[in-house]
Amino acid sequence: MEKSVLDRLPGIALNMPGGKVIISTADYFINWSRKSSIWPMTFGLACCAIEMMGSYASRFDFDRFGVIPRPTPRQSDLMIIAGTVVKKMAPMIERLYHQMPEPRWVISMGACANKGGPYYDSYSVCKGVDKIIPVDIYIPGCPPRPEALQYGMMELMKKIEKMSIAKKPELPPLSRVR
Amino acid sequence: MTTEVIKIKGADLQTEEMILNLGPQHPSTHGVLRVILKLDGEVIIAAEPEVGYLHRGTEKLAENRTYPQMLVISDRWDYLSAMSNNLVWCLAVEKLLQIKPPEKADHLRVIMVELNRIASHLVFFGTYGIDIGAYTPFLHAFREREKILDLFEEVSGARMTYNYIRIGGVMADLPADWVGKCRSFLEWMKDRFPEYDTLLTGNPIFQDRTKGIGVLSQAQAITYGVTGPNLRGSGINFDLRKDEPYCSYEKFKFDVPTGANGDCWDRYWVRIQEMKESVKIVEQALDGLPAGETNAKVPRILRPPMGETYAQIEAPRGSLGIYTISDANDKPYRVHVRAPSFINLTMLQEILVGQKVSDVVATLGSIDIVLGEVDR
Repeated sequence: MEKSVLDRLPGIALNMPGGKVIISTADYFINWSRKSSIWPMTFGLACCAIEMMGSYASRFDFDRFGVIPRPTPRQSDLMIIAGTVVKKMAPMIERLYHQMPEPRWVISMGACANKGGPYYDSYSVCKGVDKIIPVDIYIPGCPPRPEALQYGMMELMKKIEKMSIAKKPELPPLSRVR
Repeated sequence: MTTEVIKIKGADLQTEEMILNLGPQHPSTHGVLRVILKLDGEVIIAAEPEVGYLHRGTEKLAENRTYPQMLVISDRWDYLSAMSNNLVWCLAVEKLLQIKPPEKADHLRVIMVELNRIASHLVFFGTYGIDIGAYTPFLHAFREREKILDLFEEVSGARMTYNYIRIGGVMADLPADWVGKCRSFLEWMKDRFPEYDTLLTGNPIFQDRTKGIGVLSQAQAITYGVTGPNLRGSGINFDLRKDEPYCSYEKFKFDVPTGANGDCWDRYWVRIQEMKESVKIVEQALDGLPAGETNAKVPRILRPPMGETYAQIEAPRGSLGIYTISDANDKPYRVHVRAPSFINLTMLQEILVGQKVSDVVATLGSIDIVLGEVDR
């Protein structure tokens, strides 16, 4: 039997005179639509941005996840911190985060954004982006491969599935290490 | 109520300068560059690039790293051509230690650096297309780049930060049948160049956007110390691979393409031609690949004698130099990087003046900066 589009819908399709009706819970439907069209901001900081570009490009093709880059924070749901966060850049990142509409998510890509990475003892590097904005997914690697970024995106999708419109989303805690 | 009619006289009209901020978050600044533009209407009267949004302090970090440890940091200066950075660091340390790598290592270095030059120029080709407004070249360029990265992954294990070129030679010999894979890639790559010409080079919209835009004269190029394809685009035949050969570059036959007018088009054209020349160099290096050792005898702990040295190579973005001072310790006393991107960026404030706002991105893209190298 061939699978139709209706079989993949987030709900039960019932036959009614004149067409079909889909019955679903609001949470399930909203989460399904949110996770299927995550729009990240095109925002590259350093080396990891090249791997991020690689995952948008021909071989890895992020479009099949519904991930389409947007050039402005106002239209995006996700911010991928791809690269070293420098103390001069940190206020800009914070501002960009607040310019994004809710619900918003953050992926910290690579060792530098996670905890400083190879620049752990540098005077000018912010040791982890989670000191300034809450981070949902951490991806290790220096730089992580495009497969790793896509796995991180799938983990974020799992996280979105657990959301509910009845309660306010809990923000991940900020790093308290100064 | 009476309606006041505002009379416009020529004398009452006032024009005002406007300040437009570009970046640090802008999809076309190739990273985190900020340019403060002063506008008179649509015409730029002053442009001030502001750098430092990716300053990672690597020159200071070098004072706390041993010589081989610094190789890891060098990958992340110009992350599009990490092999060149590895090479220049190794050349500087080898000069201090007075080690000569074996002939085979020289050939392997040339192969890797030239393949990386192709990969780096491919990223330029793809992103410059996006800057101008054509998305398809990006997908084509990254398809080829992934093939080069596959080759690098086989020899070094990494896609971007290789650490393949080591002090005294290279990390390891080539894996079995790597040469065959590399040759089949080069054959495949040669057929792609006509494709690029139909995609972007011969595109009339692209030519309109780039020809006569961002002209850098010969005198300006020399005054600002511009190197690499930007200098050759202005018609000056200067290439360290020819003028001051290192790693047995004198053995290989290749041309140095130069532009005529020094506009964005010439800088683009020079890079496309350089990719073709790099294919030639890699072929010659594979043909003449000598047998033997890939590594010279290097002591386990490197303590170079007291002294200072300067090593430079022709990186994809210009002449990349390292100035090192050794105080006979296992860590360098001082390291300075002559980053070509940083010095090439200074010409932006000169060539943007008098242009329209819509040409800023086209000009900035044609300089081909990497912010990791600008700020270090």
